[in-house]
Amino acid sequence: MPRSARPTTPPDERAVVRQALSVSVATGLYGISLGALAVVAGLSVWQAVVLSLLMFSGGSQFALVGIVGTGGSAASAIATAGLLGIRNGFYGVQLSPLLAVRSWRRVLAAHLTIDESTAVATAQPTVRLARVGFWLTGAGVFVLWNAFVLAGALAGNALGDPKRYGLDAAASAAFLALLWPRLRTALARYVAAGAVVVAVILTPAVPSGVPVLVAAVLAVVVGWWSGRSHANPATAEGGSR
Amino acid sequence: MSPTTIWITVLAGSAVCLALKLAGHVVPGSWAAHPRVARTAALVTVALLAALVAVQTVASGRELVVDARLPALGVAAVALLLRAPFIVVVVLAALTAALLRAAGMP
Repeated sequence: MPRSARPTTPPDERAVVRQALSVSVATGLYGISLGALAVVAGLSVWQAVVLSLLMFSGGSQFALVGIVGTGGSAASAIATAGLLGIRNGFYGVQLSPLLAVRSWRRVLAAHLTIDESTAVATAQPTVRLARVGFWLTGAGVFVLWNAFVLAGALAGNALGDPKRYGLDAAASAAFLALLWPRLRTALARYVAAGAVVVAVILTPAVPSGVPVLVAAVLAVVVGWWSGRSHANPATAEGGSR
Repeated sequence: MSPTTIWITVLAGSAVCLALKLAGHVVPGSWAAHPRVARTAALVTVALLAALVAVQTVASGRELVVDARLPALGVAAVALLLRAPFIVVVVLAALTAALLRAAGMP
């Protein structure tokens, strides 16, 4: 679990602590809108809180709430939330060797495996800082996200439109800030540009959530193709998850 | 949906999401450590985050709309270029969108 910042912590550790905390605050604040939207969609305050505690993946939660709110079926709500959660599985593949934890800590690590904790962890230059970043961001987002989801659910309609406070734009900016340190290679920048084009083109044509998944499939294809020189048939299942 | 159906949706959806997270953590290390798999996973993260930026910024359900989010994202990008901290980037974007909407932009 996260070590607290000591007065004597080295600068790079202070930097990761600061990054983890700002990511936690920014992500947590957006939980207000999820809580409010969940109640508007027909969930009780308890259901909104349990959803956040157990699912703990913003994209999946927004998808589930959205489908429940528009009268979709339970099956489609579960499937869409699950499809959006596939990326957390990919994150786990990256994080598992980095964190090197077993038993209940591994289950806890899995539960805290989300966009934000993965992005902060994998942006660090050393394994030690990556671990600090992961646990601190995961725990920080977990506490604040759930607290603000509860606050949002209680506030319900009283808050009015979250757009008035620019919370939707804050989410865009948060994703951009998480993406930023990952764009160091030309290949990453091409993939990012391609993903944006695919997501925008597909948005009017397919159900919400699908454009993001298609972008991921494209990345699998590119990752596979760009790795031809290291071909190893044993990893042939790499693109099928 | 009845409250019971919503509970089932919430619990089953959560179980699926946690199972996917766990699956990623327990795939064999040799499989995950392979350069091609590691690179592909990294690129998938880039693609998902980039697609999420796009969808969060210009999608409204299945419609494409240009509203206060786009200039707000531009402000966020400039802040990132200037190496502003994460929270400053996010607050500037929210502030930009809130001000533009207060001024009448959708």
